[in-house]
Amino acid sequence: MNALPDPVTLSTTLPPLSAGWGTVPKDRHVNEAEPVIACRNLWKVFGDRPDRILSRLNCNPSAEELRQSGLIAAVRDVSLTIGRGEMLVVMGLSGSGKSTLVRCLSRLIDVTSGAIIVEGRDIGAMTETELIDLRRRKMGMVFQSFGLLPHRTVVDNVAFPLEMRGQDRSTRIARAMEMLELVGLKGRESYFPRELSGGQQQRVGIARSLAVEPEIWFLDEPFSALDPLIRREMQDEFLRLKGMLSNTIVFITHDFDEALRLADRIAIMKDGAVEQCDTPERIVMSPATEYVAKFTSAVDRSRVVRAAALAIPAEGTGAEGQPVAAGQTLRDLARLIVSDSRAFIPVADAQGHVIGALDRQRAVDLLLGEPA
Amino acid sequence: MTAGQARVAWGLVALAAALVMLRESLPSGLVRPPEWMVLPFADWINAAFAFLRDDLGLMTLTRAFSDVMEACLDVTANLLYGKNRWPHLGPIPWSVIAVSAGMVGFALGGWRLAALAGGTFVWIAVMGQWQWAMETLSVILVATPFSVALGLGFGVLAWRSQAFERLLNPILNIAQSMPHFAYMIPVVVFIGVGPKAAAIVTIIFSVPPMIRMTLLGLRKVPPEVVESGKMSGATRWQLLTRVRIPTARTDILIGVNQVVMQCLAMVVLASFIGMPGLGQKLLQLLQALKIGLSIEIGITIVLLAVMLDRLSKAWAMKQPVHHMPGVRWIERHRLLLIWLGLVALTSALAWLHPYFIEVERKQALSMAGPVDASMKVFIRAMTPVTEWLRWFLITWVLIPLRDAFLWLPFAAVLLLLAGIGWAVGGRRSALVCLAFFLPIAMSGWWDRAMITVYMVCVSVLVAVLIGVPAGLWGAARPVRAARLLFLCDTFQTFPSFIYLIPVVMLFGVNDVAVVASVVVFATVPIIRYTIEGILGVPPEIVEASSMSGATRGQIMRHVQLPLALPTMMVGANQSVMFSLFMVIIAAFIGTQDLGQEMQRALSSTDVGKGLVLGFAVAFMGLMVDHLILRWSDGRHRSLGF
Repeated sequence: MNALPDPVTLSTTLPPLSAGWGTVPKDRHVNEAEPVIACRNLWKVFGDRPDRILSRLNCNPSAEELRQSGLIAAVRDVSLTIGRGEMLVVMGLSGSGKSTLVRCLSRLIDVTSGAIIVEGRDIGAMTETELIDLRRRKMGMVFQSFGLLPHRTVVDNVAFPLEMRGQDRSTRIARAMEMLELVGLKGRESYFPRELSGGQQQRVGIARSLAVEPEIWFLDEPFSALDPLIRREMQDEFLRLKGMLSNTIVFITHDFDEALRLADRIAIMKDGAVEQCDTPERIVMSPATEYVAKFTSAVDRSRVVRAAALAIPAEGTGAEGQPVAAGQTLRDLARLIVSDSRAFIPVADAQGHVIGALDRQRAVDLLLGEPA
Repeated sequence: MTAGQARVAWGLVALAAALVMLRESLPSGLVRPPEWMVLPFADWINAAFAFLRDDLGLMTLTRAFSDVMEACLDVTANLLYGKNRWPHLGPIPWSVIAVSAGMVGFALGGWRLAALAGGTFVWIAVMGQWQWAMETLSVILVATPFSVALGLGFGVLAWRSQAFERLLNPILNIAQSMPHFAYMIPVVVFIGVGPKAAAIVTIIFSVPPMIRMTLLGLRKVPPEVVESGKMSGATRWQLLTRVRIPTARTDILIGVNQVVMQCLAMVVLASFIGMPGLGQKLLQLLQALKIGLSIEIGITIVLLAVMLDRLSKAWAMKQPVHHMPGVRWIERHRLLLIWLGLVALTSALAWLHPYFIEVERKQALSMAGPVDASMKVFIRAMTPVTEWLRWFLITWVLIPLRDAFLWLPFAAVLLLLAGIGWAVGGRRSALVCLAFFLPIAMSGWWDRAMITVYMVCVSVLVAVLIGVPAGLWGAARPVRAARLLFLCDTFQTFPSFIYLIPVVMLFGVNDVAVVASVVVFATVPIIRYTIEGILGVPPEIVEASSMSGATRGQIMRHVQLPLALPTMMVGANQSVMFSLFMVIIAAFIGTQDLGQEMQRALSSTDVGKGLVLGFAVAFMGLMVDHLILRWSDGRHRSLGF
């Protein structure tokens, strides 16, 4: 246990609380080349003796075939790579296997076949001790119905993971209080979970999952059990926290709007398989399957699509004048797009370099809906 | 029920009817179990026990365990009623115990519980029953922790290992349907008689519900809580001790409540194996027909039962409450300080005046004399009625029915049961029925068993005739339903022994008294489940039928009763179980059934015979349990809730 880093040092890596409020830096450092989690051909099949059917998994049996042999495939042949600092949202309707997938990634359940590599190590091959050590040092998880311990006060709940790894009481209480302040629950530390509202309980869950300074943060439908107003508030809160942290995030939701709002990349699941895994814009603009298209049809594209995505090479377009920022959505730019007279508007990245030109007519079409 | 199933079932019933019709011309082997069928189970069990005792030296082990038990009992006996043993501190003055109980009640459930707990001990003291009540309590105090610890341990093991659970389950089923006396006989053989034997039999008797509740509680822990524990990096041991067991707290404490109640029931009955205390007094007084004193002791037992039940339930339901930070130590421990103050005060009182240490018998407020006198007047006034009732019931109902049950050919009974089994659950249930009832025929106690069956049948029938209308009446108004349910709850906490007091008072010692006491005991679950069944009918279904223009009677007949029936049958099931237990207990006021034989086995410490009789009773109960649960499960499923 002595080899553990002192968790209190996290506070030094965080920006001061006031700096994080309101403004959310969108440009988190994502390193695609260095996967934190990689899974290959992941299968999770429920039923009697699924190992018997394992040999047949190579030929990719359909859900129907499996059902006939009395098995249910909750995760079907999923391969994903999640880069350091990335936030992947796994989206799917209930029963699509998204919760099972995240439980495979955290090895709360064992996979039927396939490999999961976390930070270069196959977690399927880890012993129980190694797995516990990994969870104590690198993982945090938030649950849909909170999973709080009813007999412990708020602060003892948050300190629980620290208690598990054997930290002394005063250190872990200090750390837990710090986390409670971070999620805005200062003053409620001696309450019991049942004395809090749903939103507050989930704040406790979030504080607990962050107490160990996890490098990988799993969130399993964290806001689904909350009512819409609180959900929105918690999403804002989450974006604020995300801006302050640099960990890798796997976020599960059944709410497509939530996914669009929060994600770097979205993986859409259906019947246990990933239909498409891409950036929100590309999912909206070029859905890979009919199923994905059905989801995206009702989405207001202008809220998702950024100027950069519509930019074409600037040469020959004659775009000049005041550029727009690449990271802004068309909705952000709506007033300018409608009132500007230029045919092409230059698009500039964060450093001010022009990276392309925005076809104003296309942008107007997207804003108002495609012409018939 | 499928058509094929119905055909087989009717076929079996028709065959049984044919056997009954042709009884006179049947070979005797079909009327009574033939000699070759009766196996000497009792001898085998006795041989096995002799082997355990003499060859395996189990005796030394049990003696060692009983020595531990005796040491613990000596401590509580010294503290509670001043037995001259280590630690030589007692007796604690009754006034100190009463205020302590009151404080516990206040801490757990406010003023009302404080009054109940404190009042109970004040009553015991001023009525001059302190010594007896403390003898009883000292055993409960020792037995409960052992039972809880054993139950928790076995519960966790069963939860961990499926194989162990599969092994444990049938044992628990049988253990929970064995009558109290069946437990006593082996204990008498291995331990002897007296308080330590009582403590051990109490522990054995009260462990099963604790195991069940532990298992249930551990299973009910929400998966996300367990997962959050795992993701916090908890090891298996940490997960069990810091996540699962604390989260299952309420269910486990309900288990503790059941342990306490079972302990009280058993300790009272353990008077049959020489346990002093309230039970023994009650037994002696009842046999001497001293009604006044019996009623007083009965009230004490009832008060103790209600108090222990309410206290332990309040403990189970109590949720932690937070203190605001910055509250001073004195504020946070206010109750503790008040308690210490009260203890100091009462101790001072006790030191000043011996009345507050122990109330002497001659100072007691016992009103047994006047009560006896007025009871005599009352009973004399009632005599014409009770005499006639007794004569009528015995001559025209009970004896003819008993003779009818005894007259039935045993083959016909088995066929009938198989037919019922087949109708309820197909071939499997038919075989289960036979597997439970055939051994009874083979045990050689067929006639005795049929007398037990007849008493249970009559009692449950009467209980249904009283309980269902009472339940329907109660369910009509929500307030009335709540009150009646509360009453049923309270009645169910009473040790069964208590129910004998009023019936012996009214009817004396005979079959009518037995049936009457069993009826009283068995009606309670019927009322209870009838109310719960009716209240459980979804209100929108009732509203829909009112809007269809159904009258109240029509709603009751066509909607509420059919939908409540599965729940009501669960009540009937419990009623049968209670009747079986009660019929056996009632043996000591004179029956000729299995219970009487069990009493004989107890007094001659015949383990084999006692266990055979115990199994016979358990098998009857388990068969009814199987049939009813099977039926009501199927019915629930087909109703879709």
